Amino acid sequence: MAILVDTDTRLVVQGLTGSEGKFHGLRNRAYGTQLVAGVTPGKGGQDVEGVPVFDTVVAAVTETGANTSMIFVPAPFAADAIYEALDAGIAIVICITEGVPAHEMLRIHAYLRTRDATMIGPNCPGVLSPEKANVGIIPAEIFREGSVGLVSRSGTLTYQIGHELTQLGLGNSTIVGIGGDPVVGASFVEVLARFEADPQTEHVVMVGEIGGDEEEKAASFIESEMSKPVVAYIAGFTAPPGKTMGHAGAIISGSAGTAQAKKDALEERGVRVGTTPTEAAELVAALARA
Amino acid sequence: MDLYEFQGKELFRRHGIPVSEGRLAMNPAQAREAAQQLGCPVVVKAQVLTGGRGKAGGIKVADSPADADARARDILGMDIGGHVVHKVWIERASEIAREYYLSLTFDRGAKKPLFMFTRQGGIDIEEVAASSPEALVRFHVDPLEGYHPWQGRRLVYAAGVEDPGEQKQIASIAGKLFDVFLACEAMLCEINPLIVTPQGEVRALDSKFTVDDNALFRHADLAEMRDLEAGDPLERLAREKGVTYVKLDGEVGVLGNGAGLTMSTVDVVTFVGGRPANFCDLGGGGDAQGVVDALSVITRDPQVRSIFFNIFGGITRGDEVARGILQALSQMSIEDPIVVRLDGTNAEEGRRLLQDAAPPNLHVEATMLDGARRAVELAA
Repeated sequence: MAILVDTDTRLVVQGLTGSEGKFHGLRNRAYGTQLVAGVTPGKGGQDVEGVPVFDTVVAAVTETGANTSMIFVPAPFAADAIYEALDAGIAIVICITEGVPAHEMLRIHAYLRTRDATMIGPNCPGVLSPEKANVGIIPAEIFREGSVGLVSRSGTLTYQIGHELTQLGLGNSTIVGIGGDPVVGASFVEVLARFEADPQTEHVVMVGEIGGDEEEKAASFIESEMSKPVVAYIAGFTAPPGKTMGHAGAIISGSAGTAQAKKDALEERGVRVGTTPTEAAELVAALARA
Repeated sequence: MDLYEFQGKELFRRHGIPVSEGRLAMNPAQAREAAQQLGCPVVVKAQVLTGGRGKAGGIKVADSPADADARARDILGMDIGGHVVHKVWIERASEIAREYYLSLTFDRGAKKPLFMFTRQGGIDIEEVAASSPEALVRFHVDPLEGYHPWQGRRLVYAAGVEDPGEQKQIASIAGKLFDVFLACEAMLCEINPLIVTPQGEVRALDSKFTVDDNALFRHADLAEMRDLEAGDPLERLAREKGVTYVKLDGEVGVLGNGAGLTMSTVDVVTFVGGRPANFCDLGGGGDAQGVVDALSVITRDPQVRSIFFNIFGGITRGDEVARGILQALSQMSIEDPIVVRLDGTNAEEGRRLLQDAAPPNLHVEATMLDGARRAVELAA
């Protein structure tokens, strides 16, 4: 099983002819992902190492049966690309692009509620289901196939924790980077719900950071809706208020959104929280051995 | 990006929200001239990107142009919460009968713009929310439906504004505030206080305005408002070099790749008993020049006693980072000990490069935790 991407994924890359889109699209294909199409307006009819390029997403869907899109277009055009993918009936939209304006994301988030589709990102490393499919920029060699679901707001921190899990002999069902922006498509709760329903996933690691209240919402969801054990890690305990820590979403305003508040909310609802990535990985290993 | 009061008010004015007439002054002579043109009494207000100006003595009334000159002299150069005052805003003094509060926030939790309005203005809004939450009216706007005039009416009636003239003016200001919020792609537009004069006229007496950095590419006029002189000098230098850097107050310089991992590294340094000097994110690329740039910023902080590189290669390649470190060491004289932890893409090659070159002040550690411990020891 696994979630979001697997052997049934038929991937179209919006922006396949750009340097990053090409590099990562082909890298995903080399991993085993079914890369069926690219979209670049004005370049329809061309191909990128045998992958056909179309002018529109709807043409790519009609011709190739693409069901998942990875977006690599520059930030000023990313929102348009997301709407185009949704309109073409793409079920899973994964937007890697960094720097999408927050107001665009408010409208996209509201629009998503009217569609039967899931969006991951923007400003995210993508989704990897080890041994099945990789869609995005996650370095797959760090991860092994297994039963731990991993969901995170951060890219490299995900790699760190994945690496620690691998060192402890644990593998992953799926690794989902939901992105570090203030408003993203799928939240922790949506991904947790998918892990809960996935037979391959037995434990879940949730990697949060300062800012917003998605970890708190996840805490309530875990308590009321999840049977599988969840371990959390939160970054930014020592971040000063009012400063953006690299991610647009990682800023504390007032007392809300601190790492401590998130840790408290999670622990009150029975979720174990590691204070370092190493400790979080060890907590999962202890659960897996039990 | 936060805007100064005078910039926010200018945006308010352009969108039809009433503000007092004013002038910007960079020195006492300009303050005097402004007071002359505006007519006294005037208010001299420090322009800084932080709160608490009034309590710090950064807002003063002046009765004459000479008085405005003297007040400006007092205020310019003042340090308010670490922000030095380089300019003052001179505006005609307002008579105040009542003080309200009106704001529009980007509510990331609800994923909708949020109006907040209360008749208890002029004080900290968190205080109102804590002490009399019933007095604070909150109302979300659907991002797809946008603003409709009934929403402004709902705010004023729910808050219990009784005067029909005030009701009309405030409801209209709410609509204009939504216009400016949308047009500027703001994260926050706050008017505190929104005053009512004895003549019944409603006006914005202050402005707190934050715009989305990610949207600046399509707002050249807002992008130009960035004050390149404001903020910490090291943070400024970092911005010029394209390095994400936040100054902290300790001795261990922290450099990571990716915001989450870097934040986590800062935490881990603290947990093992150290004090981080900064947060510095190399970003996704992390080529040799990026490393050199980041090191040049970090080492300019005199408090730094050791440097911890925590790199997990994804797109960033470990060998590139190692080359960058060696290049920086050959270009600059760095005496502080440097602890390096490399993992991920091309990490082995990176570690080999470092071990072959073996500069005396370089220490390679196998894990993030060991690296943090070592860097903290070396800073002691």
